[in-house]
Amino acid sequence: MNFTLHIWRQPGRNETGAFETHAVTGISPDLSFLEMLDVLNEELVGRGEAPIAFDHDCREGICGSCAMVINGDPHGPLPGTTTCQLYMRHFDDGAEITVEPWRARAFPVLRDLIVDRGALDAIVQAGGYVSVNSGAAPDAHTVTVAKQAADAAFEAAACIGCGACVAACPNGSAMLFTAAKVVQYALLPQGAPERSRRVIGMVETMDAAGFGNCSNHYACVEACPKEIPLYTIARLNREFLGAALGSREFIELERPHAHEE
Amino acid sequence: MQVPAFDARIPDGPLAAKWQRHRAEVRLVSPTNKRRYRVIVVGSGLAGAAAAASLAELGYRVDCFTFHDSPRRAHSVAAQGGINAAKNYRNDGDSVERLFRDTIKGGDYRSREANVYRLAEVSNQIIDHCVAQGIPFARDYAGYLDNRSFGGAQVSRTFYARGQTGQQLLLGAYGALSRQVQAGQVRLHTRSEMLDLVVDDGVARGIITRRLTDGQIDRHAADAVVLATGGYSNIYYLSTNALASNVTATYRAYRRGAWFANPSFTQIHPTCIPAVENHQSKLTLMSESLRNDGRIWVPQASGDERPPGEIPEAERDYYLERLYPAFGNLSPRDISSRAAKAVCDEGRGVGPTGQGVYLDFSEAIARLGRRVIRDRYGNLFAMYQRITGEDPWRLPMRIYPAAHYTMGGLWVDYDLMTTVPGLFAIGEANFSDHGANRLGASALMQGLADGYFILPQTLGHYLAGHPPGELRTDGGAFVDAEADVERRLARLVAIGGRTPVETFHRRLGELLSEACGMSRSRAGLEQALAEIPALREQFWNDICVCGGSDEFNVVIEKAGRVADYLEFADVMVRDALAREESCGAHFRTEHQTADGEARRNDAAFAHVATWGFGGDGEPPQRATEPLSFAHVQLAERDYRQ
Repeated sequence: MNFTLHIWRQPGRNETGAFETHAVTGISPDLSFLEMLDVLNEELVGRGEAPIAFDHDCREGICGSCAMVINGDPHGPLPGTTTCQLYMRHFDDGAEITVEPWRARAFPVLRDLIVDRGALDAIVQAGGYVSVNSGAAPDAHTVTVAKQAADAAFEAAACIGCGACVAACPNGSAMLFTAAKVVQYALLPQGAPERSRRVIGMVETMDAAGFGNCSNHYACVEACPKEIPLYTIARLNREFLGAALGSREFIELERPHAHEE
Repeated sequence: MQVPAFDARIPDGPLAAKWQRHRAEVRLVSPTNKRRYRVIVVGSGLAGAAAAASLAELGYRVDCFTFHDSPRRAHSVAAQGGINAAKNYRNDGDSVERLFRDTIKGGDYRSREANVYRLAEVSNQIIDHCVAQGIPFARDYAGYLDNRSFGGAQVSRTFYARGQTGQQLLLGAYGALSRQVQAGQVRLHTRSEMLDLVVDDGVARGIITRRLTDGQIDRHAADAVVLATGGYSNIYYLSTNALASNVTATYRAYRRGAWFANPSFTQIHPTCIPAVENHQSKLTLMSESLRNDGRIWVPQASGDERPPGEIPEAERDYYLERLYPAFGNLSPRDISSRAAKAVCDEGRGVGPTGQGVYLDFSEAIARLGRRVIRDRYGNLFAMYQRITGEDPWRLPMRIYPAAHYTMGGLWVDYDLMTTVPGLFAIGEANFSDHGANRLGASALMQGLADGYFILPQTLGHYLAGHPPGELRTDGGAFVDAEADVERRLARLVAIGGRTPVETFHRRLGELLSEACGMSRSRAGLEQALAEIPALREQFWNDICVCGGSDEFNVVIEKAGRVADYLEFADVMVRDALAREESCGAHFRTEHQTADGEARRNDAAFAHVATWGFGGDGEPPQRATEPLSFAHVQLAERDYRQ
């Protein structure tokens, strides 16, 4: 198969980028999208040119590293699929394909298709956990959890933190990402004691990091490779409202003072 | 070179009391003194994130390094199956003692009794902790935890979260780590790769890192250094590992005096989607559970290129059922992998490359109906179809073995300390618990045992005997190590060839898969040993890193890792050559029974083989730690009856 690629190239964070056009030829339909880029990169290296930089690692759809907007869609045209699990047989022979990095205010471009997604880590640091120390836990069967709650919590917890939801959103909102984590713990008894401070802390950090607001486009759910359900956003809003109406002295928010490099 | 004593410092007393006793006897650091110590943790997978979080909870100041953009991307995230624990929630007779025995036997009697017993003991605490963290394990309708069975065990002791147990456990550890980052107890260094260990006066003092976004080289000092940098299966090029997984941190530590144990013990998993294409970058694991209902076969005649549906029943060879009638398609990992390779070597392999065997569900579908099969394996069928573009409901799947896990790693004592005082290794980066073969659902258990529960106790014991240092980075050892790193990077930049780094990685992988993979022979290993230096030399003459080391350069990252693989391969092959027996995943063709089964040599090789760096251009030195078995009796594994 042959393709014409229009790829975003940008040497560094504070430098200007532009699209570059490359032809790739003789590509097997059994190659993944990233392997197709590997082939192009090997050709570029053979000519002594810098290869296209992109994040990737597990190449089986679970680490959340890979992040490309393909023909306008984060992770490309297939539903429930990361870029690394997208195969060239899903494209027409001779197709023109445009490849861009995630575009969002909170995700500055570092090089070519690589962006800085550290803002997602900051949201988790603000409360995306149960504050239990190693060694403190009682026997695992002390507290039972209804199967329906455990299953729903798992569905939310399946988020891989790739940021496709942010890239898809016209507002660059991280609501689906934040909702997935908040809802996982809201559904489980272990998450109950910190429920209020968690949602307030995470939402405030999300806002401070430069993510936009949610205005119900639902583009995030379309783009999500793990198909995190839409109801989590509604649930996040209810969690936030409930916590915001409660008395702040029980929340005792700590200001983030995370280490900055 | 001075050879260490390899004293594992196993506590005295009966096996079942050793860990309790040790915990009661280790030295402690008082709460107010803990904050005066700084610890470096390299890696943020299950072991690294768990250790960094737990140490920070205790009050130590921690620096945690990962080359990923986020700690959550570490390769632990990809583990599918589950995590073992001896809870006996099923009332099926499980116990710490049984989990211990299964693990020792699974490792083919090449691991330490005391370490494995401790692992089994700690397994229950891990489940308690992970449930408290809010990890959504599978549950039954009464709200209790569900279990499933895994290979090598007659009880149901595996806890799981669908096919994403590793992801959920990692996110739990990542949450714990994130909490400590927020609290200011952990400084997180993302996109930072350790390129050298700093050893001063024989003691680990810190590391040298390269910041991947701009190439800045930094010195970091600490009172102790913990390596949680995973395994090196990726040395085979095609493996189930993530593409950035590498040996650099542990290999650099080896060059600075840490001895490497059992480097040739590498596990090849039998059920992966085979490579179809020269540019394929990765092999994807398919759950072993498929072998419960799928039948494995190849054509009887070599070179038979008919589509599978046109090959009549009488002309098929269900070779596992034929060779191992008692276990059939559910024979253990090492046996199944070797058998698949053997039939492909005879020219009977299937698929475009001839490196594949059929896993056929047609008989099971006819017997049980589509609905039952869909309920059991629906997601796996969909995954297979997504990757291969073939419909497993109509055509048999094609599978082939792939490198998956490395039992070998840095030698550590009972306290998980390497031969360099102050340098610790945890998780897959050490060699400690799996012997010559790891059982399914045991890797997650070991990573978390080391990180949450063992290292936080034993590291304190070490620190209590070493007053907190000044942590200066301007001493000679730091200056020299940094200069070494800079020199090496400059050398890579200066090559200026035109060959992609991947070309050499691929060649090394092919060479090792052939000579030091599922089966090994003296002739093959000796040939590999002769070919590796030439490949290494070519690498250092022909590659292109296409840019400088002082910028975000993804090629120079990869080049450094492959350069280390090219050196480490030598140690791996020597280890396979020196071990004149077959045990677990290490199968030497010279050492087999008349029926082609592995023949262990307990009299000469019931030991851990350790390797010390002998200097550039010099062969490494081999030493051993004898293994003594007081609790279990050494027995032969037989899967035919």
